[in-house]
Amino acid sequence: MIQILRIEIYKIFKRPRTYISFGIVLAITLVIQLALFSDGKEFLGFFMQGINEQFDVQGNILNGYLVAYVILHSLLMQIPLLVALVAGDSLAGEANLGTLRLLLTKPISRTKLVLMKFLSSFIYTLILIIWLAIVALFVSMLLFGTGDMINIKSDSFVVILQNDVMWRYLLAFCFATLAMTTIASLSLLLSAFADNAIGPIISTMGIVVVMTILCNLQLPVFNHIIPYLFTPHMVGWKGFFDDPIPYAAIGRSAITLAAYTIVFLAATIYYFNKKDIKS
Amino acid sequence: MPSIVETRNLYKSFGSFKAVNGLSFSIEKGDVYGFLGQNGAGKSTTMRMIMGLIFPDSGEIFINGETFNNSKRHLLKNIGAVIERPDMYGYLSGWDNLRIFAALSDKNITKARLHEVLEVVGLTGREKDKVKAYSQGMKQRLGIAIALVHQPDLLVLDEPTNGLDPQGIAEMRQLINRLSGDLGKTVMVSSHLLHEIEQVATGMLVIHKGKKIVSGKVKDLLNPDETLVSVAVTNDTHFVEKLNQSQWGKMMERTTSGSATFKMNPSVIPDLNKWLVEHDFRVKEIKSEHSLEAYFLSLTHDTDTQN
Repeated sequence: MIQILRIEIYKIFKRPRTYISFGIVLAITLVIQLALFSDGKEFLGFFMQGINEQFDVQGNILNGYLVAYVILHSLLMQIPLLVALVAGDSLAGEANLGTLRLLLTKPISRTKLVLMKFLSSFIYTLILIIWLAIVALFVSMLLFGTGDMINIKSDSFVVILQNDVMWRYLLAFCFATLAMTTIASLSLLLSAFADNAIGPIISTMGIVVVMTILCNLQLPVFNHIIPYLFTPHMVGWKGFFDDPIPYAAIGRSAITLAAYTIVFLAATIYYFNKKDIKS
Repeated sequence: MPSIVETRNLYKSFGSFKAVNGLSFSIEKGDVYGFLGQNGAGKSTTMRMIMGLIFPDSGEIFINGETFNNSKRHLLKNIGAVIERPDMYGYLSGWDNLRIFAALSDKNITKARLHEVLEVVGLTGREKDKVKAYSQGMKQRLGIAIALVHQPDLLVLDEPTNGLDPQGIAEMRQLINRLSGDLGKTVMVSSHLLHEIEQVATGMLVIHKGKKIVSGKVKDLLNPDETLVSVAVTNDTHFVEKLNQSQWGKMMERTTSGSATFKMNPSVIPDLNKWLVEHDFRVKEIKSEHSLEAYFLSLTHDTDTQN
């Protein structure tokens, strides 16, 4: 099992395409940081209008913690795409290359192969999130300094004391890893059905976009299905920047995402064990 | 001799297309088993079923006497295969590809063994190059190295000469002969190029529209006395009459003006030529038709006619 996992990870990180994801995260993050570095005060002023009328806010408001929060919020759609780029390619890409045929002439079980593909996609996702944490949080802290964090919401704001922030980010990144693992498992499932990686990648994004639109529309006709979709739960990480932290809601979201992940993975194993390899 | 692979009543359909239709055969240890059929005859589908890539609709596969199915993939440990194209990871070196697939073979394979197998297929010195820079022939040889590296008892090679130039085809033939002769491997090799099978195989199976037409030892199936020899002359006056009156008449299969076709052993062609010259026929051409090709075409033609 470990041998297969090592090989899968080796293949992922030997491919130039993998590093495009890390490059994209770096590029987007730097662009946002640069924009906030030059025009951050106006940006912040716009959001703080209502607050400044009633409160006297002092100190380094535009600090690394707030900038990281803005970056994470901006990358809601991009990170799933970057995860799908690798997970969606894992089976379909091998089928397209023709290497799936060669892999499955070896004495390894198909279930093990799917599990190791999933685990390697998870490890890639984890490393991508760690990379995001480094460039979004730690680089922002270096560029903008630290201070108390203000989480500005549509109808309120939350002030989080400086020494109370980092553990929240740690939990938020853990939650984001879980959410992205759900995306990885969905991509892997779609990848098992296809013989070309483009289909699963586009389909994954299509499903995420359609579900997100359904949730944002708030139409009564969809109200009874929205709680069962996984996309509303993907933003559960935001809860760690509330006061008090809604642990019950975050827990429900985490369980929903974990359940979806297990269902997607089980469906992949079931289907792949019955699939004729004709590619 | 015990069978290394045996199939019993294999069936496989894709939609309404019957790819394999009740196929039963066995391959004995030490054989070079030719799997012969036209494109679409069901060769690749059968080989994929033996390798667990495709699941039969019904029927059984036995590897070393044990029933093979998806839950018994460990039986593939002693088989190496190149199915259709030798596709590999182009962004990795030949060495990395070999190392990766060797590691998946569930056997302890040393670096020395990797070098040894590269030597066998003639890729020493090119192993550090990226596979995307390899020629088709080099990819094919790397594919065989991957199939060989874990020292399997049986090699399954699906159309191994596809896409190769004449030199590559000759090298592949030599390699198969070496694998069988020097290394004692059992080889199952498919081809639609009939003379290839004749040159490397000891046993063979002819498959057509998913059905077995005939199987057995090549030397038994290809009786040299059945070779078709055609003769063409420029002066055809009384050509057929004189032939009919001679000892060659009983070997004659068909005639046209100025030409005749005989079923005979090629060793008597010089005698036929001598007779023609002695009877003042000016010989334009004597051609021995490929025995296996004629044999194969007659078999498939018969099957088509029956259907």
